Amino acid sequence: MTSCPGRRWVEIGFTILEPADRTAHLPEDTKRVPYYVRVKGCAQGEPAVGETVTIQTLLGRSVEGKVLRIDPEYGHGFGRPIQELIDAGSEARALLRGLESEQ
Amino acid sequence: MSPLALDRTYEAVMSRQAEILQRAAGIDYEQFRHGRLVFDYEGLMASTGYTLDQIAGIQTQCKVGCTPMLELKNLTRLARHLAPPGHGARIFIKDEAANASGSFKARRASLSVWESRRRGYSGVIAATSGNYGAAVAAMSAMQGQRCLVLQEVYDSQGLGQPEIVEKGRACEAYGAEVWQTTVGPELFYVHLLLMEETGYFNASLYTPFSVAGIQTLGHEVGTDIKELTGKPPAAVVVTHAGGGNVTGTARGLRAAGCESTTIIGASVDLRGLNMASDLDFNRKSFTTGHTGFGVPFLTNPDRTDVPYNAARALRYLDRYVSVNQGGVFYITQLLAELEGLERGPAGNTSLAAAFKLAQEMPADDVLVVQETEYTGAGKHPTAQLTFARDNGIEVVRGPASMNLPGKTIAIPEHPSDVVYQEVDLERIRKSYLRGQLLRLGIADPRELTQDEVQYLAAETRLTTEQCLQMLATHTS
Repeated sequence: MTSCPGRRWVEIGFTILEPADRTAHLPEDTKRVPYYVRVKGCAQGEPAVGETVTIQTLLGRSVEGKVLRIDPEYGHGFGRPIQELIDAGSEARALLRGLESEQ
Repeated sequence: MSPLALDRTYEAVMSRQAEILQRAAGIDYEQFRHGRLVFDYEGLMASTGYTLDQIAGIQTQCKVGCTPMLELKNLTRLARHLAPPGHGARIFIKDEAANASGSFKARRASLSVWESRRRGYSGVIAATSGNYGAAVAAMSAMQGQRCLVLQEVYDSQGLGQPEIVEKGRACEAYGAEVWQTTVGPELFYVHLLLMEETGYFNASLYTPFSVAGIQTLGHEVGTDIKELTGKPPAAVVVTHAGGGNVTGTARGLRAAGCESTTIIGASVDLRGLNMASDLDFNRKSFTTGHTGFGVPFLTNPDRTDVPYNAARALRYLDRYVSVNQGGVFYITQLLAELEGLERGPAGNTSLAAAFKLAQEMPADDVLVVQETEYTGAGKHPTAQLTFARDNGIEVVRGPASMNLPGKTIAIPEHPSDVVYQEVDLERIRKSYLRGQLLRLGIADPRELTQDEVQYLAAETRLTTEQCLQMLATHTS
């Protein structure tokens, strides 16, 4: 990242509560797993995945955790075409055209 | 003592919650409490100190409000085709996506962030997986405030719900620090930890500022429709989750002189899915505006991150309906293909209900869907349905009855398959009253004072007599 030399934008993660420390009244599936948090920010140098680092967040606060991703990509998108919706839209437009021609 | 020196274990932090919330709220809620039950709700709302005009003025400075009111003529035509003769109300939609940050939540956030600065807080914090995060982040960005957002995003495998991943991205785009957690109610613990550590203002969804900010939306809906059609709307459909949207909209409509307007809440039916379940988390295709929030927030509004919730939808709802996931995806597609509006999931929950409700109303009535939100990556139906399929959910064409939350999403085969289910408000009122008696440890409602019965009646939108009768039937 040439825009911020000597630093890398990373996502870190850390366990906040181990399963044993979690609140009571949880469903069984949730009770079995730790309560975990992820935060993004700048780490100094060239951090490696799995390394424990302290990042500076967008607010300039320091948070320590294990590097999960370097230059973390926003992976969400628009997904695949959904034929059921394509069909539904075409049918509705045809229905509306039919109503217009009746008038 | 420095907050860092405090005991940060779960039990220790939870035991400090009253003082943490008090400090981060900036409101002395106790002054409105009278005895064991009665709370001066109108006093709390008035304590913001802002008139409706002042709120609108602040919102104008924040690029919020005065959004377009659009008539959905093609959907109305289609509804009339399905309706009995003389029926099929005109459907309008308030294009709240036009607010800075892309949703009506900007109305709530604008006033909260404004107030945090006026009170001298160095930042704001909001715990939300919804559009409210982006709204608080955007309002903070333009007002020069620091913003931290806490979201529930991932299951234990690190798989993020795409709609919430998008909302997190938006928060970061507006310069906020975002904490993204796995599934669990311990979000509240982390929220407390961060409030204590930063000393920031708790820009909760449930403060009087947040609810007061929505009143301008109800007011605009009332005045827009009177101007466009010469009369108040017969009904307004409001997507309901935490209760703020219903509460603020209804209060604003009243302020606009629309006392006769029926307020109808609508939520996506996700009954059967456990909101605290790691496995169920990514088996839902709607992350808010669903019954998993809508119902518990009606029966117990005070399970929130403030001492007393200013969002009290049971005080305002005339009707409450649920719609299914397939119906909402279908109407979202029709909104795009028939009306040329690609908009996000939230307002389309009430639009699905409105499409059917309009068919049951006279043709000269006006029915308003009071919000849209921006759509895009993660939020779009194709993103959500792809994610659903990848998580083993079956997506098919079929009638409403085929929908099974967490298993099957049935896209209607015909517009007549877009239906709603009435949610029994009487049952919800009973459940609310039962909860209050239980909390007070009262077995016989005759132990309640007259003031207490009056308070419960206002809380449940009943007359004192109706409330007494309901209390008596429940305990007999």
